[in-house]
Amino acid sequence: MIKSNSGIRKTDVINRRMFIIGAAKVVVFVGIVARLFSLQINENKKYLTLSDKNRIREWKLPPTRGNIVDYFGNVIAGNLKVYQLHIIPEQVENFNYLLVRLKNLLNLSDKRIARINKLKAELKPWDSIIVSENLSWSQFVKINNYLYDLVGVKPVMTISRNYPFNDVYTHVLGYVSQPNEQEILENEIIQERFVPGMKIGKLGLEKRLENHLIGTNAIQRYEVNAYGKRINQLEHQKGEQGSKIRLTVDTEIQKACGKLLNEKAGSISVMDIYTGDIIAMYSSPSYNPNLFLFGISQDEWQLIRNNPLKPLINKTLSGLYSPGSTIKPIVALSALENKVIDTKFKVKCTGKMELYGQTFHCWKEKGHGWVSLKNAMKQSCDTYFYEVARLLGVDRLNITAEKFGLGKKVLGDYFDNEKKGLFPNTKWKKNNLGKGWVLGETLITGIGQGYTQTTPLQLCMMTAQIANGGFAVKPKIIVDSNPISYEDAKQSMESGLLFDTDSEELIDKKLFKNQRNIKIVQEAMFASTNERFGTSYKSRIDDPKYQFAGKTGTAQVKRISKRERELDLELEQIPYKDRDHALYVAYGPYVNPRYALSIIVEHGGSGSKAAAPIAKKLFKLIIDRHDLRNKQSNFERITV
Amino acid sequence: MFQHDRLNNEITLFQKIKNLDYILLISVILLSVLSVFVMYSTDGGEILFHTKNHFVKLAVFFPLMIFVAFFNIKFWHNFSYIIYFIVILLLIYVSFFGLKSSGSQRWMDLYLFVLQPSELMKIAIIMCLAKYFHRIKIENVNSFTSITIVLSIIIIPIIFVIAQPDLGTSILIALSGLIILWLGGMKIKYFIYSFITFLISLPFIISFLKPYQKLRILTFLDPDRDPLGAGYQIIQSKIAIGSGGLNGKGFLKGTQSYLDFLPEKHTDFIFTLFSEEFGFIGSVGLLILYSIIIFRIVRIGAISRSNFARLFCFGYAFAIFIYIVVNLSMVLGLLPIVGSPLPIMSYGGSSMLATMIGFGIVLSAKINHKQMIA
Repeated sequence: MIKSNSGIRKTDVINRRMFIIGAAKVVVFVGIVARLFSLQINENKKYLTLSDKNRIREWKLPPTRGNIVDYFGNVIAGNLKVYQLHIIPEQVENFNYLLVRLKNLLNLSDKRIARINKLKAELKPWDSIIVSENLSWSQFVKINNYLYDLVGVKPVMTISRNYPFNDVYTHVLGYVSQPNEQEILENEIIQERFVPGMKIGKLGLEKRLENHLIGTNAIQRYEVNAYGKRINQLEHQKGEQGSKIRLTVDTEIQKACGKLLNEKAGSISVMDIYTGDIIAMYSSPSYNPNLFLFGISQDEWQLIRNNPLKPLINKTLSGLYSPGSTIKPIVALSALENKVIDTKFKVKCTGKMELYGQTFHCWKEKGHGWVSLKNAMKQSCDTYFYEVARLLGVDRLNITAEKFGLGKKVLGDYFDNEKKGLFPNTKWKKNNLGKGWVLGETLITGIGQGYTQTTPLQLCMMTAQIANGGFAVKPKIIVDSNPISYEDAKQSMESGLLFDTDSEELIDKKLFKNQRNIKIVQEAMFASTNERFGTSYKSRIDDPKYQFAGKTGTAQVKRISKRERELDLELEQIPYKDRDHALYVAYGPYVNPRYALSIIVEHGGSGSKAAAPIAKKLFKLIIDRHDLRNKQSNFERITV
Repeated sequence: MFQHDRLNNEITLFQKIKNLDYILLISVILLSVLSVFVMYSTDGGEILFHTKNHFVKLAVFFPLMIFVAFFNIKFWHNFSYIIYFIVILLLIYVSFFGLKSSGSQRWMDLYLFVLQPSELMKIAIIMCLAKYFHRIKIENVNSFTSITIVLSIIIIPIIFVIAQPDLGTSILIALSGLIILWLGGMKIKYFIYSFITFLISLPFIISFLKPYQKLRILTFLDPDRDPLGAGYQIIQSKIAIGSGGLNGKGFLKGTQSYLDFLPEKHTDFIFTLFSEEFGFIGSVGLLILYSIIIFRIVRIGAISRSNFARLFCFGYAFAIFIYIVVNLSMVLGLLPIVGSPLPIMSYGGSSMLATMIGFGIVLSAKINHKQMIA
């Protein structure tokens, strides 16, 4: 009985204690349910977001750059499909084996292999390494055939910049290439849209208009697993191609410029004298920008870099030259405007002029005899202009020259390699050289030597402003949102005042005091080309449709010694580096002029022999394309 | 009394089947079926290795449960000590010749499957202590000898399990043992004193922990201190559960598990996957199913004549409850990560074997609930 009593007491204890446990169990389960509720109901949104963040990953693709077209809509910087080869290191089983296989298949250089190995060390294992940026079709087929053996290799079709006219526009457009770290950091838009393999503008308009051309990234969303492997594509968001940009240039004329300057160092600029449209802007020699797209080879780069004709320099904008006799129209105009001379004013040229014991030579040793303005310009008599400059003084000459655009950037901010040039005055010399102005310097400034430095585009603009009757033009290379027809431009120009859309104010377009003086200079330039004994008479075109007026220039690159003057060597006998630069500025047609141009042939000898004949060939083409250009003026409006 | 025993021994097979607890049985079947579906989901919606093996184990161990149930509860009472000693021997065997995997040595290869004796100890310790407290007089429960004996029964297997090392299982074994001590009538003040002692010596114990165990505790306190390393499991687990929401993402649509963000999704983190796919409603449903099982076990204990059966059922019900609580608290970020499977749901043969044997003994207690044991 005691036993059974004990048994019953034990059962009681067990049951009582079980009840306590049971109550505790309920409490704990309620606690767990509460926790579940807080995670799944209260914080559901937070965890859903986190879960999506886990599984969804975005891949940015390189944006497609906008096209650049010429005035007629021809693509001059476009895009091309290219085949690339990428390696994704984390998918590769045996990296060295793979490289050996690829080396054999694609004939990769040892340098390239070393570069790939270096990239592999730098990049994350899931970042793709670009082995070849531009596979030929046969290489692409070969790779696809062996793909089963090339684990971790991915042939990719992508879009790359392409310049269909090769070297024709290099100095205008520049080129694109992979950005360096600094370039990425400097531009917020590039920073935001950067993807490995993307290319940005390195030079010229490609660089300047980067933010318009760049386009937006296409975005691909993938579901990825915990190891970052893509499982399936969720969404593809298309990117927008960058803005299309239309330039004022004419490819036919630009190409012709290239041909005319073939194998010479120099520059040709052509400008619409009313609208300021730059029709052509060619610096010779040029180079092929397509070479830079996929990384230029060392050999090719050295070839460009070491070329004595300096293809890397954009001579149109950064080449600084003494204008030589091409400055004479401005000297004459300044003297007329300041009433220092008139058309009857004459100087006797004896072949030289003495001043304070120094001799200043005219190019014609025998002298021109008594010359008036027209004859002096026609025959480019130096003595006459020495005398005019002496009477005028360099400061008054400087004012006129600067009015016509010398010593200032022509295209403003568009090209960061554009140079200002220099037109001196007494103050400039005092401030910069610390010495007083000497009268002899005024004389040589009067024939475009000495301190004066001009870019070919400045000379072109100067000529355009004489040609249009003495009105300021605003040169431009991009067709703006509201292209103005040349008739409208002419009309508004001749009214003298113009509302400038950039600065929002009325600008005085008149560069003259008396338009008669402009006319006198124009007539003198006409004589120089179209009358007997004119320096460019041989290059004239008699057909009034093409007839043009111009002024030659021959810029000395070094002082001519007395001995050399007596020797009077032929061009071929002088070392290349010492030969004079040949210059020519012109506008046409003479009646109702429309275009101005400037030509420089470095070390080409005299302007009349080396530069003026080029103008003759070019003017025919320019004027023949005139009607076509007029029809195109409104074909498409593009906002930049 | 003797006659009574006789009577019970002559229960026919038909009566045995009739006396099974069908609510418990159906709940276990439901849980088993659910577990196969969840395993199918962990395999990414295909019948692969885990699904197949899990199903095969259920197919073997479920009949085993019925088989165990058909033995008289008296039989299990008689063999309790022997079973305990056999499992101790297995633990000793494992500590010398066991299979090693990821730094611990807790398995033995039985050709057909790999056995983890520490899982069996979870049941064996309850049987052993239930028998001890069944036989001892209530007056002697708090005597020095009996306390020494029961503490030895608990501590000996724990030493082997900790040495494997397997902290999670040893804690579960200790808790299973302690609950029998509590139910058996050990003085409440002993529990309070030892709990206080435990709290005081906690810093001391922590200093003895292995570096990875310390890291788990640190991680538990602040999972974000190393989100891609030590904190990864718990962060991903919370994301999976939290993103499940009210209704869940749907069967086979749990992105966290499908895309491999969940670690250990077949075993310790199986609830995470379940909760992600079936949401709050599904999770509470699962908890209710477990609650029914626990409640039925407790009820069987309550109607049992013998204190052995009563102690075993109450102890086992508590053990199941503790497994669930430890596992869920772990995946919900309420406890540090200790390896502990969710009964039946988790992939793992030994755990399922032990659980099924436990259910079998409980069913045996049901069939023979009128059985007295001297």
